[in-house]
Amino acid sequence: MIRRSARALGAVLLFAWAHLAFGEMRLNLQDQKTAIGHAVYDLHNIIVLICLVIFIVVFGAMFYAIVKHRKSVGHQAAHFHENTTVEVVWTVIPFLILLGMAYPATKTLLAERDTSAPDLTIKVTGYQWKWKYDYLQEDVSFYSNLSTPRAQIQNQEPKGEHYLLEVDREMVVPVGKKVRILTTAGDVLHAWYVPQLAVKQDAIPGFVRDTWFRVEEPGVYRGQCAELCGKEHGYMPIVVRAVSEDEYKKWVGEQKAKTAGPAAGAAPAGAAGGAMAAAPDGKATYEQVCQACHAAGLAGAPKIGDAAAWTPRIGKGVQTLYDHAIHGFNLMPAKGGNPNLTDEQVKATVDFMVSASK
Amino acid sequence: MEATHGHAHDHGHHDHVPSGIMRWVTTTNHKDIGTMYLWFSFAMFMLGGAMAMVIRAELFRPGLQIVNPEFFNSMTTYHGLIMVFGAIMPAFVGFANWLIPMQIGAPDMAFPRMNNWSFWLLPPAALLLVIAQFVPGGGAGVGWTLYPPLTIQQGMSMDLTIFAVHILGMSSIMGSINIITTLLNLRAPGMTMMKMPLFCWTWLITAYLLIAVMPVLAGAVTMLLTDRHFDTHFFNPAGGGDPVLFQHIFWFFGHPEVYVIAIPAFGVISQVIPAFSRKPLFGYTSMVYATASIAILSFLVWAHHMYTVGMPVQAQLYFMFATMLIAVPTGVKVFNWVATMWKGALSFETPMLFALGFLFLFTMGGFTGLVLSITPVDVQLHDTYYVVAHFHYVMVAGALFSAFAGIYFWLPKWTGKMYDETLGKWHFWLSFIFFNLTFFVQHFLGLAGMPRRIPDYSLQFADFNMISSIGAFGFGLSQLLLLYVVLKTISSGEKASQKQWEGADSLEWTALPTPVPYHSFEKPPVVK
Repeated sequence: MIRRSARALGAVLLFAWAHLAFGEMRLNLQDQKTAIGHAVYDLHNIIVLICLVIFIVVFGAMFYAIVKHRKSVGHQAAHFHENTTVEVVWTVIPFLILLGMAYPATKTLLAERDTSAPDLTIKVTGYQWKWKYDYLQEDVSFYSNLSTPRAQIQNQEPKGEHYLLEVDREMVVPVGKKVRILTTAGDVLHAWYVPQLAVKQDAIPGFVRDTWFRVEEPGVYRGQCAELCGKEHGYMPIVVRAVSEDEYKKWVGEQKAKTAGPAAGAAPAGAAGGAMAAAPDGKATYEQVCQACHAAGLAGAPKIGDAAAWTPRIGKGVQTLYDHAIHGFNLMPAKGGNPNLTDEQVKATVDFMVSASK
Repeated sequence: MEATHGHAHDHGHHDHVPSGIMRWVTTTNHKDIGTMYLWFSFAMFMLGGAMAMVIRAELFRPGLQIVNPEFFNSMTTYHGLIMVFGAIMPAFVGFANWLIPMQIGAPDMAFPRMNNWSFWLLPPAALLLVIAQFVPGGGAGVGWTLYPPLTIQQGMSMDLTIFAVHILGMSSIMGSINIITTLLNLRAPGMTMMKMPLFCWTWLITAYLLIAVMPVLAGAVTMLLTDRHFDTHFFNPAGGGDPVLFQHIFWFFGHPEVYVIAIPAFGVISQVIPAFSRKPLFGYTSMVYATASIAILSFLVWAHHMYTVGMPVQAQLYFMFATMLIAVPTGVKVFNWVATMWKGALSFETPMLFALGFLFLFTMGGFTGLVLSITPVDVQLHDTYYVVAHFHYVMVAGALFSAFAGIYFWLPKWTGKMYDETLGKWHFWLSFIFFNLTFFVQHFLGLAGMPRRIPDYSLQFADFNMISSIGAFGFGLSQLLLLYVVLKTISSGEKASQKQWEGADSLEWTALPTPVPYHSFEKPPVVK
């Protein structure tokens, strides 16, 4: 009852304020689409309300003193400066309020962390800078990359509706099923975060952690990597599409057909990788990976097209360039930091960059 | 607290002040060293502030406009490191140097030469942080928390940063040894522990915190260094290391560090509020105990920074309960400050305005801290702008406003001249308004799910980011006013009286002339 009224009051206040002052600006957590999410939303509203009440009482007293007990209105200072009873009272009351908060918090936490008996398990692996999804029971596996064009990021094109929150291949899950997510990472820390599903779990290289969600209604839920993971940290979104059980089965069938193709076994490299496995496209790989440094000449990387910078390097022989590109050199990471590229793809990319820089 | 002795003219012939650059290089005088700490801290505040301006300029609109993501990451990293280790901590050490000997009736700090060395370690450390921006690969883009394995990937700027942290740690440890020894051994006759001004108590507790945690940080960054160069694999999973171990060690340092910054701020506020309420601090004893409790609790809550690493649920529950408990002593402090004002005779000069700004905004930071302590809620808010908003309410409106309050409060005593009250009030109101404009809206960004440390964001976050950036530019510019006020005070301020503030009652006001002589309390005052 307290929870319901708190929720109602919180919603009304925020809604009113939002529409009066900020138009459509959102002032609270995103609309939650899981049972845990609703519990967290309510918990947050209750705590904020309790804090608000305490705030009003304490600062009401302070502002009363500021107005009434000022020297300029002739108020004489009293001399009291100690009162043990008062100290005990304002130690005990906050403690009791905290106990009241701890109870619902504990209940929600225990529910949130119960990952037992899932209907479906998906392993999520964070890489710099993309996600890989392995559907463990379905033998479906793919990478998910940002699909926002570079031109939008560099302000050369107008930004789309889902700017930075769109991917080439979405994670698809069935509605109403308990989906357990196992997180890990291939290089550095990442965190898999989808606000509307109330899920955030660090992805730690060398370790597997888990979390879960059960989506209530079909829809597309967007999130982002939440742990700083290097320069493209802001560019590894997550998109989860929740669909009906039937659609999910159909989708799984399609994925199996896709992965059963010629590229089976070899890790597809990014958006272009799968299709390009037969004849690697150096230009596409360059745009996916290498341009991050080689376009502007960061970290000592020779700029593409800069013949003066490239001539001495080309002079070392193309095998040396291949070798450096595959195994890394100075600040250049192995395979440009993308371990999923095949040697052939890297070589094709080197050829492309050399030919563009002569 | 009446001093029966302490007139500086008794020994005025000792008051020879050396001149030239060597005065500052070789000085062992606590006032000189305090001054240098404060100016150094202000310089770092400007540098870290400039970095914040770069961050907010890039975030003014979605898309990449001004900097590339690597540079952006290095700005967030060094903004954090410089503000924490270069600006706020040295500012309060500056206050400690100036005030502790004067408040307990001591002639100087216990180890004056070590005091000189503690200060002069800082500029080289700052220099390393600056040089790190210009080495191949640019500054490290890892965040001030330095989490591996990302730190292991960085270029040589990371090594420079690690050495800078080592040096800053040494400086803090030596400063702390000095402060503890001074407070325990050099108190004037009659100055019992429970008669010390609260500022001295807060620094005593802070110094113990620093001695306990700085070596832990040094160990953590040393392990990073050997992981980077000698393949020790403490934290590198490629060799069986554990990246989460670093986080545990870092936050075992990092959480007490938060209180290293906040507790001296509490001390300053506990001097300023009674002075302008013309009424003694309410609940002195409970304030001392509350401060000590906060310090002890601060060692027991570190993993609340790590609710999403996947700890066992039992550990999460423990850290949640322990963290919530911190609200109790913190609440006691706020209640005591309000009770001090209650039925006082209040006046609102600039130091009091900053103290009230502190009280109001720090409490808001405390409430958002309580929200964040609740694990299931924190899982939503962790690593979002909500956290950024929360700790800036605690660090900027908390520690920084308290430092401003202290500067305006003691400037007349230090310089012998009075600052311009009108300009001081302008500084407060501009800071207060722009601070809230910058950081209040960040709560909403975080609630809606905007991650921190990203150079670019989706369109739903555009409006609040623009507001926040405008606020940040205003806040940054307002701080130039502080510089102007201080310089104007030094060059042409009106003469200040010995007891510039009617309600001030500690020894530096009651027993020493204004400006304080270069050497004070060569003979200890007797405190009744």
